[in-house]
Amino acid sequence: MTTPPTPTPTPTPAPRWRALTQHHLFWPVAVLVVLLLINVPFTPGFFSIKMTDGHLYGSLVSIVLFGSPLILVAVGMTLVIATGGIDLSVGAVVAITGALTCSYISDQADQDSLAGVFLAMGIGLVAAVVCGLWNGFLVARMGIQPIIATLIIMVAGRGVAQLITDGQIITINSEPYKLIGGGYWLTLPFSIFVVAAVVAITVALTRRTALGLLVESVGGNAEASRLVGIRSTRIKIMVYVFCALCAGIAGLMISSNTSAADGNNAGLWIELDAILAVVIGGTSLLGGRFSIGGTVVGALVIQTLTTTIYTIGVPTQTNLVFKAAVVIVVCLLQSPKFRTKVFGGRFGSGSGAKGGGASAGTPADTAQSTAAAPKMEVS
Amino acid sequence: MSTTAQPPQTQNSGKTATGAASAASKAARLLADRRLPVVVTATLFVVMYLVGLGRYQNFGFAEPQVFLNLFIDNGYLLVAAVGATFVILSGGIDLSVGSVIGFTTMLTAWLVEKQGLPVIVVIPIALGVGAFGGFLMGYVIHNFEIQPFIVTLAGLFLFRGLCLVISKESIAITDSSVSSMAQAQAQLGVGFLSVGAIIALVVLAVAFYVLHYTRFGRRVYAIGGNEHSAMLMGLPQGGTKIAVYTVSGFCSALAGLLFTLYIQSGDPLHATGMELDAIAAVVIGGTLLTGGSGYVVGTLFGVLVLGLIKSIIQFEGTLSSWWTKIATGVLLCAFILIQRAMTARKKT
Repeated sequence: MTTPPTPTPTPTPAPRWRALTQHHLFWPVAVLVVLLLINVPFTPGFFSIKMTDGHLYGSLVSIVLFGSPLILVAVGMTLVIATGGIDLSVGAVVAITGALTCSYISDQADQDSLAGVFLAMGIGLVAAVVCGLWNGFLVARMGIQPIIATLIIMVAGRGVAQLITDGQIITINSEPYKLIGGGYWLTLPFSIFVVAAVVAITVALTRRTALGLLVESVGGNAEASRLVGIRSTRIKIMVYVFCALCAGIAGLMISSNTSAADGNNAGLWIELDAILAVVIGGTSLLGGRFSIGGTVVGALVIQTLTTTIYTIGVPTQTNLVFKAAVVIVVCLLQSPKFRTKVFGGRFGSGSGAKGGGASAGTPADTAQSTAAAPKMEVS
Repeated sequence: MSTTAQPPQTQNSGKTATGAASAASKAARLLADRRLPVVVTATLFVVMYLVGLGRYQNFGFAEPQVFLNLFIDNGYLLVAAVGATFVILSGGIDLSVGSVIGFTTMLTAWLVEKQGLPVIVVIPIALGVGAFGGFLMGYVIHNFEIQPFIVTLAGLFLFRGLCLVISKESIAITDSSVSSMAQAQAQLGVGFLSVGAIIALVVLAVAFYVLHYTRFGRRVYAIGGNEHSAMLMGLPQGGTKIAVYTVSGFCSALAGLLFTLYIQSGDPLHATGMELDAIAAVVIGGTLLTGGSGYVVGTLFGVLVLGLIKSIIQFEGTLSSWWTKIATGVLLCAFILIQRAMTARKKT
């Protein structure tokens, strides 16, 4: 469904161009490229990457470095959204994981011992998985709306994180732990490798096995999936656990990057950024289809936007206004009704697919337009 | 032997079965009663208050002013939660509440202090901006069929961003008319209420009237109960939806004004996350998040319970502020599970 439709080799250039623009990654990537190019007049040498002390430095490297927690959270969120759910608790999970890990490390006599660091990270990730299980249990077994079920941990989780850190910011001084969020390996930031590994595993699991298809099927129609023999409950619990695990790894990264755990501010609003990244990447909030690649590009777009706002000298406080504008534009472009109204039938018929993702004839898209049709007649 | 033993056994089991059935039907009737969550919340509030009385009797918990302070300290939250009740009853959600409150404090402080406008002019401007923001969100939600969640999320970003555009630093309000309004008290014999608390109670009364005694209120319930049926009945769902978000925006702006009165400054980070408090108060007050069922009086009790948690933690002294969040989360969870049990009954 979301596998890239290979551009058919045609003699004339026009259809090839159209095939390119209809690719689900075209618009997100175009936005990313435009954002990157905007930087060039303001920052000469924006694309240059320097080698200093055996490490690579440059704007592009730092975009990926600072964007990596967001990419992780957004990848987890993509799968949750693909099942038609949403996970608001990721920010709190980030805070809990960081708080647990840092408080464990700070209690140790030798903060540099590898065994201790691994154990601490293990404890943090187990806590994240427990949060995910709880969310999954509420959503899949109890049948509570995802927004509400995950709201519980979103509210209580920050309190728990502050409880763990005693309301303080715990600072640690551990060399091995520093590696995961702020260290370098093979001249590149180590977190890039972590992100690459998680994304590769996710893509392999969802696109090389039937898992991705099952997730999309549950998102398309959970009841129908159950009737054809897919254990939709189990799939749902699994995606919430996976999302929490990703948030946990992101929590490790954030706390390791600053060498501190802040129960109040770690991962604040990352859930909103992650949802935004998923939407920009062309995954429909209605569930039923997803694109991991789109999400990664979406997260990079958000991080580039932040960096661009810093570098071109726009006051940083307008960051949120820009984000709001991006959300509004992307959502309007994804709305079939808006497309019919503004662009006429040409785009509204579902073949235009601006805003990514909505490639022609996907079940979700047709379902949307048929659902919209009778309402329009009556009202 | 076995045959003789059979009849009393079946009879016995039959009796227990009927007993269980009657108990089950009683439980079902109890669970099906829409007032149950409100009653549970009200009972919870009374129990918590009594426990507080027992524990902190010697510390002045019994003073009527402690009770009245619940309204004074949470008046703005009550107004915001009333707005959220409208939205949630109609089956939507509004995440922009906290940001609109923050923006209103900022706009008011900026207009009064930096632009030197009189307060009497600023108040309608602030309310109008809030209501217009809500109207825009409702318009987009209805006309372009985008989920309320994501539209109000954009609203959250937009208003918080506009706060920061006005000023990065907080603006203290030194205007004499504002401070005199903030200090005005209405004596009630046993204690006093602030202007904010009185406005909040008036808003509550108006909301109660609108929801239960006007056509608009009926439409909100109908759309929340089943949007499709409401549409087939010929109810103007578009107008109602847009109106609901406008009401929510207006209430948020009013809550922002009360918050400004309460805190006498504008700060871009005021009321961060207040939308969660408002939604939690509505849920604890027994309004179904799927829409169509709930009472605005429940919201009052929800706000009071949240306020009481805060004051009990203050009286306890040794507990830290984050226990408020944990307690809110636990309560939220309990009430969501009660709601779930209710809706599960209704379906079968």
